[in-house]
Amino acid sequence: MSAQKGLNLTLKIWRQKNNKTKGQFETYKISDVSTDSSFLEMLDMLNENLINEGQEAIAFDHDCREGICGMCSLYINGRPHGPDTGITTCQLHMRMFKDGETIHIEPWRSAAFPIIKDLVVDRSAFDRVMAAGGFISVNTSGNTLDANAILVPKEDADNAMDAAACIGCGACVATCKNGAASLFVGAKVSQFALLPQGRVEAKRRVLNMVKAMDEEGFGNCSNTGACEVECPKGISLEVIARMNREYFSASLDQG
Amino acid sequence: MSKLDSKIPAGPLADKWKNHKDHMNLVSPNNRDKIDIIVVGTGLAGGSAAATLAEQGYNVKAFCYQDSPRRAHSIAAQGGINAAKNYQGDGDSTYRLFYDTIKGGDYRSREANVYRLAEVSASIIDQCVAQGVPFGREYGGQLDNRSFGGVQVKRTFYAKGQTGQQLLLGAYSAVSRQIGKGRIKMYNRHEMLDLVIVDGKARGIIARNLVTGEIERHSAHAVVIASGGYGNVYFLSTNAMGSNVSAAWKIHKKGAYFANPCYVQIHPTCIPVHGTAQSKLTLMSESLRNSGRIWVPKNIEDAVAIREGKLRPENIAQENRDYYLERRYPAFGNLVPRDVASRAAKERCDAGYGIENNDTHEGVYLDFSTEIQKKGKEAAIEKNIHNPTDQQIYDLGKAWIEEKYGNLFVMYEKITADNPYVTPMKIYPAVHYTMGGVWVDYNLQSTIPGCFVIGEANFSDHGANRLGASALMQGLADGYFVLPYTIADYLSADIRTGEIPTNSPAFDAAEKEIKDKVNFFMTNNGKHSVDYFHKKLGHIMWNKVGMGRTPEGLQEAIKEIEEVRKEFWADVRVPGDANGMNMELEKAFRVADFLELGQLMAKDALAREESCGGHFRWDHATPEGEAERDDENFKYVAAWEYQGDDINQETMHKEDLIYENIEVKTRSYK
Repeated sequence: MSAQKGLNLTLKIWRQKNNKTKGQFETYKISDVSTDSSFLEMLDMLNENLINEGQEAIAFDHDCREGICGMCSLYINGRPHGPDTGITTCQLHMRMFKDGETIHIEPWRSAAFPIIKDLVVDRSAFDRVMAAGGFISVNTSGNTLDANAILVPKEDADNAMDAAACIGCGACVATCKNGAASLFVGAKVSQFALLPQGRVEAKRRVLNMVKAMDEEGFGNCSNTGACEVECPKGISLEVIARMNREYFSASLDQG
Repeated sequence: MSKLDSKIPAGPLADKWKNHKDHMNLVSPNNRDKIDIIVVGTGLAGGSAAATLAEQGYNVKAFCYQDSPRRAHSIAAQGGINAAKNYQGDGDSTYRLFYDTIKGGDYRSREANVYRLAEVSASIIDQCVAQGVPFGREYGGQLDNRSFGGVQVKRTFYAKGQTGQQLLLGAYSAVSRQIGKGRIKMYNRHEMLDLVIVDGKARGIIARNLVTGEIERHSAHAVVIASGGYGNVYFLSTNAMGSNVSAAWKIHKKGAYFANPCYVQIHPTCIPVHGTAQSKLTLMSESLRNSGRIWVPKNIEDAVAIREGKLRPENIAQENRDYYLERRYPAFGNLVPRDVASRAAKERCDAGYGIENNDTHEGVYLDFSTEIQKKGKEAAIEKNIHNPTDQQIYDLGKAWIEEKYGNLFVMYEKITADNPYVTPMKIYPAVHYTMGGVWVDYNLQSTIPGCFVIGEANFSDHGANRLGASALMQGLADGYFVLPYTIADYLSADIRTGEIPTNSPAFDAAEKEIKDKVNFFMTNNGKHSVDYFHKKLGHIMWNKVGMGRTPEGLQEAIKEIEEVRKEFWADVRVPGDANGMNMELEKAFRVADFLELGQLMAKDALAREESCGGHFRWDHATPEGEAERDDENFKYVAAWEYQGDDINQETMHKEDLIYENIEVKTRSYK
């Protein structure tokens, strides 16, 4: 590892007791943060200090801390998942920051993701969009075709995998000026659009998912591309184009 | 109390599961909506079980502590899932997968369970492909396979380095479909805090709504625990931060036996600890061992120079590198099973050859330079480049590695700031998977009637060690293909029971106990945070109940954990409010359970006077330092029965392991 260095930082953190009360920024000082620590480990340290002082710990979402579960969030200095690209907050390391720096930490900002407490928001709107059609209607009995009976061109499988890599963290929504969920929904629609499985219900799928997305209060996509920039998994805007194509053709058929 | 009855069906091994299914009781489709089932945990096991049970027509209530079932820790599995498909034509079969799994588990798992696992493995792949899981493919459109540690065939299916993610999202999509149909009622951000037993049967749970803080009662005709493993007892592990033992431990305290708690798998390829602020360890997929060579410097001066930053590993000549796995285990080399690879790394680091610049110097290299050269040359031939330059070979080789493992390399670089294409990766073993868990019979039922346990939460299938790519297999096998059959046999007696009321004395008592405990934590106002105690426990566990164990160390550990437990209950501080989100309170409940379990793990490790799989006793080693198993005296499952607060009083029941179809041999990878 690189040589350890202790950082002294000022943190401006959004505190909010619950969904019914107003929130505000609070200022905290923290010293001697190792540059090898992750951003969340820095927050662990801060919480330990707060608890020792008899104060309440800051609530933030996190779980696998390997960049795959999609649970961690945080707007850091005005960017989802902080200043680095292609990573989640749990993979953001303190070597990205300078000694003496002031860091602003906020929850995801979007009407469709209401705040639960402090830095924790409610992303269950994503689950409801998935329940509206983010699946292939196959019986889970195992009495299906032999897996190799469905041939999939390698390129298609790889592209489907790239779309399927979405971790559902919500950074795309949080960074979008319209609060659109098009990258998230487009990723799932694209995964299935690229595979032979589930094509029979493709039209229903995209119509239902887009309808659910609108009903959840996500905004419209205006192709600004901020979502692609901030996506920790590099999901491309192509998935939105593909979703739009699928949606358009399904709408025409619906007549 | 009930004695251990494994309920293994009679008849030849290959026919047991089929015959059993043919003769089990069923619940007819029109009766299934009269039955409620609670599923705790929504990972591969819980998610697949919830989806399948709902599909069959039962009312399912599913619980997870995360904000969405899509975040269960199964999502973090990287390398792959095994299945005896023999698509590669390299001699794989149900029997061979069964054999490898039994041998890999060091002959400490149940034959009939493992055979069933191997048997249904092929269906899992069919199922997942039908669900749209984008597995890796060959150019001809067929599924691709890779090989994994401990086996000599290519039977591992993968989706880049994100296999767990894709399989979990497959199960999650099946769950989502059933939620949309109203067949599954999903309780996100809820944690099970106790099991409710009515007339000797599991009939519900007490859960805490982690958003509102409300303590809730939920009833059902059966309860399925799919809450994963308990590796976080060590504080530092590859588990997600929230992974906990609570659901499994709570049913243990209500009468379910806890089996083989000392079997913990230490995974050989994790990123080493960086310092005292470390919260969590990150795994580098075992699949990397297919392409990487593991080494430490041959000369101790070089190791010291590397630690001091005076020497770069890429500048150490081939002849000055000790490829210790290839040296010690020529037949399997870098692909020896996890326990063997982990101990070998510890042995080199203990001898002073560790390369990591931290307090303990624990780290070895995983080097891809040989593979980059080899694949680069192959690619040059394929592309008709006859005299490739070194740079061309490197670029082509790098492209091959990138295609196979790119995301892992990016992840590594983000965490360590080192480029692994140039500088070998630094790795060290870390706590990963727990083979022990709640004792279950062949039907996956615990010793509490109506309480079933699946996936990593139960003890079955992996014995004393888990081979790579077999955890995903067990989770999905249990959830999609085993439990839905066996639970029906149990539930067939419940079609006239009607809804289970939640206003009974059993629910009252269980709820009161939890509320009292919440009250205790909120008013105790001690000196130390929950993490303070958790780290103390983890330190004891890693040092004394870790990769190498001694009777003295284990005895000390039992005493020390007892002291930390006492200190915890006297001096823990939980700030904030119980009537709302309070993550410190959540942790306090979990750490209270870890402390009790940790003590039982040490007690189990002390009682098992042999070395096997993940359990290595220094007083039971061969002169070369290999594990020395004692089949004559220890070929059994140790199932512990709770006897109250004093964990030292737990009593052990033995289930003898009978091998009729496989010859029990000394495990050798030489």
